[in-house]
Amino acid sequence: MNNSSLEYQQKTLLQRLNSQDWLYAIVIFAGSIFAYTKYAQYMDIYETVFLFGAAALASYLGWQWKTLGKLVLAVGVISLFSISLYDGDQARATQLFLLKFLISSQSAIMWMNVLFVLAMMVYWFALYKRSEFAGKFASALTWSAVLFGFVGLMVRWYESYLIAPDVGHIPISNLYEVFILFCLITALLYLHYEQKLNTKQLGGFVLLVINAAVGFILWYTFDRQANHIQPLVPALQSYWMKIHVPANFVGYGAFSLAAMVAAAYLLVNKGVLSSRLPSLDVLDDLMYKSIAVGFAFFTIATILGAMWAAEAWGGYWSWDPKETWALIVWLNYAAWLHLRMVKGLRGPLLAWWALIGLLVTTFAFLGVNMFLSGLHSYGTL
Amino acid sequence: MNPKLSFSRNFLDLLSSMRFAVSLLSVLGIASVIGTVLKQNEPYENYIIKFGQFWFGLFEQLGLYDVYHSGWFLLILLFLVISTSLCIYRNTPSMLKEWRTFKEHATEKSLNAFSHQETYATNATPDELKQKLTQFLVAKGFQFKFRTQENGSELIAAKAGTHQRWGYIFTHVAMVVILFGGLLDGNLPFKIQEILGHKRIETLDIPENQVPPESRLGIHNPSFRANMTLPEGTSDNVAFVRVRDGYLVQELPFRVALKDFRIEHYATGQPKSFESDLVIMDPDLKEPITKTISVNHPLTYKGIAIYQSDFQDGGTKLNFKVWNLFAPNAEAQPLAGTIFQKGVLGQGDAALKVEFNDFRKFNIINMSPDGKGKPHNVGPNITYKLRDNRGQAVEYVNYMQPMQIDGRHYFITGMRETVQDEFRYLRIPVDSDLSLNGFMNFRAVMLDASKYQEIAHRIANNSLDVKRDSAVRKQFETSVVQLLSIFAKGGYSGVAQVIEKSVPENEREAVARTYIKMISVAAFEAYNMALEANGKPVLASNTDTETLLRDSLNAFSDIFFFGAPYYLQLDQYEHKEASGLQLTKSPGQKWVYLGSVLLVLGIFAMMYIRERRIWLSIRPHKKQVHFAMASNRKNLDFEKEFNLYREQLRSLIG
Ligand code: HEM
Repeated sequence: MNNSSLEYQQKTLLQRLNSQDWLYAIVIFAGSIFAYTKYAQYMDIYETVFLFGAAALASYLGWQWKTLGKLVLAVGVISLFSISLYDGDQARATQLFLLKFLISSQSAIMWMNVLFVLAMMVYWFALYKRSEFAGKFASALTWSAVLFGFVGLMVRWYESYLIAPDVGHIPISNLYEVFILFCLITALLYLHYEQKLNTKQLGGFVLLVINAAVGFILWYTFDRQANHIQPLVPALQSYWMKIHVPANFVGYGAFSLAAMVAAAYLLVNKGVLSSRLPSLDVLDDLMYKSIAVGFAFFTIATILGAMWAAEAWGGYWSWDPKETWALIVWLNYAAWLHLRMVKGLRGPLLAWWALIGLLVTTFAFLGVNMFLSGLHSYGTL
Repeated sequence: MNPKLSFSRNFLDLLSSMRFAVSLLSVLGIASVIGTVLKQNEPYENYIIKFGQFWFGLFEQLGLYDVYHSGWFLLILLFLVISTSLCIYRNTPSMLKEWRTFKEHATEKSLNAFSHQETYATNATPDELKQKLTQFLVAKGFQFKFRTQENGSELIAAKAGTHQRWGYIFTHVAMVVILFGGLLDGNLPFKIQEILGHKRIETLDIPENQVPPESRLGIHNPSFRANMTLPEGTSDNVAFVRVRDGYLVQELPFRVALKDFRIEHYATGQPKSFESDLVIMDPDLKEPITKTISVNHPLTYKGIAIYQSDFQDGGTKLNFKVWNLFAPNAEAQPLAGTIFQKGVLGQGDAALKVEFNDFRKFNIINMSPDGKGKPHNVGPNITYKLRDNRGQAVEYVNYMQPMQIDGRHYFITGMRETVQDEFRYLRIPVDSDLSLNGFMNFRAVMLDASKYQEIAHRIANNSLDVKRDSAVRKQFETSVVQLLSIFAKGGYSGVAQVIEKSVPENEREAVARTYIKMISVAAFEAYNMALEANGKPVLASNTDTETLLRDSLNAFSDIFFFGAPYYLQLDQYEHKEASGLQLTKSPGQKWVYLGSVLLVLGIFAMMYIRERRIWLSIRPHKKQVHFAMASNRKNLDFEKEFNLYREQLRSLIG
């Protein structure tokens, strides 16, 4: 066969992997096996599956998206380093310089907050100045924020076990913790599209929602001392939490991203910033993709929630306010997708809808906890 | 056309239309919002208080207190099932056709009209081209079919990702399956029987075995969600289904016994786990099943899942010391009681009924004044009511152990007359043994008129001004005795009333100050007399004593507002808990899960499989290859792919 006919041959994922990729996966799996040998006696079968499932997922994602692979490694290394500094003593978080000011769970989370704020300012500056360099810098800041955020969560996980072995749990169990998760997931989703579609101009928009969440985290920390680790109520002690909550937040994150893209769409449609922002086609495509991802994950999350409810509350569906609002959110985006895919609708109407959809989503996420009472036990304000 | 037929056709069209489905979904959404904003399944009195009689009645008619089980809600769900089923019925054939077909009958004319197309000039032979192009299509993951057209052109029709079409079928069948499962688990059978008059809910609080058959559900009831409260050491074979403002009795095909119920706590006092040791007894079983259930870990037997849902008291046995607060002696009577049962205090017309309502072994309270400290366990408490013979009741909550407030310890008892009120607390200071006796003995002396002369005498002895002159002394002693008898009848507020009646306004404050001073001096003597009588060391004069006396006098004055002459001191208890179990039978669950799997598969198929079609026609007479491409979803990915293929094909053919 000649060269020209080979050119179009597409390689499968496995064919594309080089030695670095394999090394990466080996490191990830070695880490999981180490963790497993150390903690196997505390894990049930589901948690074992989740551990190796997470390793497989991290390998796959890292292969597909090399920067993410680097992030995973960096989070691992820094978290382990931080944990080694603790050396089993919680008090060191405020004694050792490096922990106190950089990588104790609390400081790392504070750095995440600061970096997100800076990143947003730089993104807007880059947009205003049309500066390629500033845009890259803003991206780097966002990546660092994500790095610190994940380190903060990892170390917090470890710290919870230092309080008492029976208090220890994965840090996605209350509003404070899931807000951090929300920031991280939304940022990662955005960074993914930013790299793929080269849309640094949108950073300022997306970081608006993230920084709204950062504002909430700060208020919650300083006004309510919500950063203190609390033990889990019996209903939350379940392996389901480890999959239900992250799946939900991929959904929330993607919907938020879509809403911010929709805001940009509406501005461009009005001719505002249209020379600086990506074209309507690109924005429309991004908005659709984001909602599609969110919808898929939100569906899965809701189903996982139903399965958990069947085990914890004695019924897969109890019309608990949180459940009901999840359904409303789901119906809302199902309708959005119907109009787009079946009726072929495009344009500002869908963008407005995606933007207003964020209000519905926010209510399901936060408003239900604030205004309605029900079986969902985490996070009353 | 037959007009009748066309009407029913139109009607079916409407039913299966997306407009109709979206309208139904919107109504469903709004109804769901109502159901979350208006708290569901509250006791009906709460709604009456909130809305008033008129709106209460209207909302009840609309079924707003249990939206998700109201007739109209179920009807909407039913219509959704029908509408979606019809939609599937109408669309599936075309979806399957699209899935299968290569569209190899596309004409040259129609291909030339495509928005995404390209023509390449070539000198290669048809066979050579055919080989190259099929290789290309295989590499891109396309399936294809050949067809020779009338004009001699060779058409290669290719498709990829047509499995996407299954996405529609899967998601929509999933909706029907899920809704069907949900309807199976709903209370439709009961609803129908209720409408037909065969069943009705019971609204009276009567013993279970007196509930008539029309309010009972048999063991063959296909689906239910019922509750059962089992005290430790008991067993039962019925559960209760709450419906609106009443209930139904659900009979079970086995008997459940509770051996033990446990709550474990974290070091901070928050609950860590709730566990019940259950025994299932059934003639079908050779041996009873024993299993421990806890939150997130239910037990399933005979299709009925048993969950740990909550807990309450199971009839804790209590032993009290009852003090008659106004008797001038310090003798307490024993009283035995059991939670949820009643007892009697006193005799005749003044007798009070005691209703023991609740016992809690742990009470996690945040006692720090700013509310920022850590909550901690303050020990057991008991809630009871004292009801007089006119039916008026006062509710009390009494903590067994003294609580620390501002560094001092007190026995705390709250009282209130109605549920809406906040509790008002009587705080009795502990004595040096951390017991109640010190106060009770002091109180007895303060109430005992025969002791006043002695008190007055002691005060006079200690007072230099009064001691010498016997006339002054006599007058002083009389006034002390007088003041003490006033104080014994109403505490400080009794004294205040007397002052208000008999002292001119401008002198009141001074007189009050003198009286208070006198009472506290008297209290010192009275407390010491009580201590002496019990062979205890007397109080020294210091600030601790002052605080103790001040607190004791305040407590003494507060007993006049305590609502009843009896103080119940919890002496001992034998804790017995009851586990709250939820029992559910839901045959629809597997359908719902099946539907969920279909839904996820369908959504991923619909969104992540992209249907694309390629037509390559080799036109030897024109020395041309024509490339056309189409997708059922136009988006950027498609544009990119088309552009890529166009260039790759150019280098392949050219
Ligand atoms: C219970 C009510 C319904 C629900 C929850 C529902 C849900 C959905 C969902 C989730 C999708 C997929 C959108 C996506 O790609 O993510 C979809 C697509 C679709 N639905 Fe529905 N649907 C319902 C009723 C109907 C009805 C009554 C029709 C009849 C006209 C219909 C026609 C369609 C069509 C034609 C598609 C797109 C298929 C395609 O282009 O591949 N749906 N629906």
